[in-house]
Amino acid sequence: MQETIGHSATGDLVINVGPQHPATHGVLHLVIHLQGETITKVEPHLGYIHRSIEKMCESLTYRQFIYVTSRMDYLSAHINNLACALCVEKGLGVEIPERAQVIRVLMSELTRIASHELWWGAMAMDLGAFTPFFHAFRERESINDIMEETCGARLTMNYMVPGGVMMDLHPNFQKRVKDFLQLYKSKIDEYDEMVTGNIIFQNRMKGVGYLSKEDAISFGCSGPTARASGVSCDVRKWYPYEIYSKLDFEEVIETGGDSLARYMVRIREMKESIRIVEQLIDAIPEGPFQAKTKAVLKLPKGEFYQQVETARGELGVYIVSEGGTTPYRIKFRSPGFSNLSALETMVKGSKIGDLVAAMGTLDLVIPDIDR
Amino acid sequence: MSLSSLAQQIHLWLLGHMSEQWTLVLEMIIAGILVISFFAVLGLVLVYMERKVSAWMQIRLGPNRVGPKGLLQSFADTLKLLIKEGLTPDGADKFLFNIAPIGAIMVSMLLMAPIPFAKDFQMWDINIGVLYVSAVSSLSVISILVAGWSSNNKYSLLGAMRSGAQIVSYELSAGMAIMTIVILSGSLSLTEIIQSQQNGWWLFKGHVPVIIAFVIYIIAVTAETNRAPFDMAEAESELTAGFHTEYSGMKFALFFLAEYVNVFIVCAIGAILFLGGWMPLHIGEWTAFNHIMDYIPSSIWFMGKTFGLIFLIMWFRWTFPRLRVDQLLKLEWNYLLPISMINVVLVTALAILGWYFK
Repeated sequence: MQETIGHSATGDLVINVGPQHPATHGVLHLVIHLQGETITKVEPHLGYIHRSIEKMCESLTYRQFIYVTSRMDYLSAHINNLACALCVEKGLGVEIPERAQVIRVLMSELTRIASHELWWGAMAMDLGAFTPFFHAFRERESINDIMEETCGARLTMNYMVPGGVMMDLHPNFQKRVKDFLQLYKSKIDEYDEMVTGNIIFQNRMKGVGYLSKEDAISFGCSGPTARASGVSCDVRKWYPYEIYSKLDFEEVIETGGDSLARYMVRIREMKESIRIVEQLIDAIPEGPFQAKTKAVLKLPKGEFYQQVETARGELGVYIVSEGGTTPYRIKFRSPGFSNLSALETMVKGSKIGDLVAAMGTLDLVIPDIDR
Repeated sequence: MSLSSLAQQIHLWLLGHMSEQWTLVLEMIIAGILVISFFAVLGLVLVYMERKVSAWMQIRLGPNRVGPKGLLQSFADTLKLLIKEGLTPDGADKFLFNIAPIGAIMVSMLLMAPIPFAKDFQMWDINIGVLYVSAVSSLSVISILVAGWSSNNKYSLLGAMRSGAQIVSYELSAGMAIMTIVILSGSLSLTEIIQSQQNGWWLFKGHVPVIIAFVIYIIAVTAETNRAPFDMAEAESELTAGFHTEYSGMKFALFFLAEYVNVFIVCAIGAILFLGGWMPLHIGEWTAFNHIMDYIPSSIWFMGKTFGLIFLIMWFRWTFPRLRVDQLLKLEWNYLLPISMINVVLVTALAILGWYFK
């Protein structure tokens, strides 16, 4: 149908939210159709930050391609790298030393906390509260400092290598993590005081952006987004990798399905991650931090798949190998893409403000969606 | 030397040199210049204050590079805005687009006229001051609507429509809250309302109903001035910048200035109605204490109370999330308006029966 500029065929007001918009946190482009303030249609347009990472990986060796994946979901770069490393290890069939496994889990959980911290601040900002953003960054900063000390980088750490981790932990690591835990426990209640308990916040989130369990499954949602709708889908529990099966932690599930449930899942997940870190920080076994692997890695002919739980949901890495030094084909199943597809179902019929709130609780990282 | 005696001396000096008409004309010009310069200073001070208050709440330092403690930051920003190009979008209604910011600033200027800044120091002692203020402040919605409409931008239009609904609704509650004081003091003149608080501020004298009215007034004016948590018209994360999305340079600065001056004015009116304006704080029989309080100049009292309220409104902005647009209207029509209606009845009973502290 012919559409006149700014209006759809049904007479709705058509607005481009993004690619440059304060609420999209990146170059996401949503075309929304409005009747007054009420949303009738949401159409995400992707591709603004597509860097063809999957194609790039095909020309990089199995050691090199891991580093590119830090740039997908940059907020859980560690976990992306981990997924790739695990997949390559699966193909190689190497046994990972226990110390390396513990370090990997520790780093993953610290990354998860840092990622959820940033989400918390950014989501509060979407709702018009600016102050929580700075409070969240205060705590995130100490995690970044820990990462910087051990890995040498703050955001794209490139710490995971096939066979273990790149280098041993910094001597200060344990002490700094403990300091952080202490600081964090004193601050996390502040979050509830500042945001969770606020009546305006509760009203903005409760019953808004509802996603039913059936929809969550059929859209392929994962991570906190699906768990808030009552879907048990934590990869750490269902398909445990590393040492997660030995750890004592809960899979956080809420049944509300609304924005508030998604919010609560992430808040509670931060506390679970703290529990995991606490269990491991005093029990880092001695030994090598890397298994002995060949200088040039060659995967046997075949297909390999490994999924992990990132801060946003299930990340799958699928490698097709022809037996050479580079993968024949790589496919990433990123959580953000599937989660975003549920957005229209969530917000149809609600107000613009709800769109922003629901989008905030999806915790979208655009480079993860586009890759 | 107080401000009123200074004004008196200037008046007498002018009268000694020229005819009465010329004195009047000259005094008007002086008052106009004073208002404009007060505007500029107020804008600078309030922007600086907002940035420092927000920094303090957000564990930051705020501006601290330009001048001592960043005091000159606002000047630098103003200078930047002055030399920036004032763009007019291609599809905009050029006349309306350019006149809207002027309308906004004009309304704020008009509101400045009846405010007594100190004892016997105000531009226009009009006997229906309260009515004048509520009437003129309703005009501010026009410039916002015009700005949103003429920008030819959908975000602007949405922001303007939201703002229209919001300001018109919240004016009712603000008006009702103001009315309680009018009923109690029996006058519409701002000066007389202040005089009626000689023996205690209405907030203390008027029992619970006046406290309710005060709370409603603060909520309503926060909404009326489009400040967070009611900043629907701008709603950064939803509408980018709302009704002033397309404005730049000095035209934007005028909107910005008008917003801050409006905050000052509503806080000043709040201070006059509920906190005794320039009246010093007196506590019953504590004669010595009361005498000490009298030594503080009345202008300081007025500014202190006003800036106290401004701080309160800034505090809201930096701690609360934003309401949704339907919740905003629901809050007004379902809660604030009925409560303030009942409250007015209560206050009327209070005034008739004389049950307030005299």
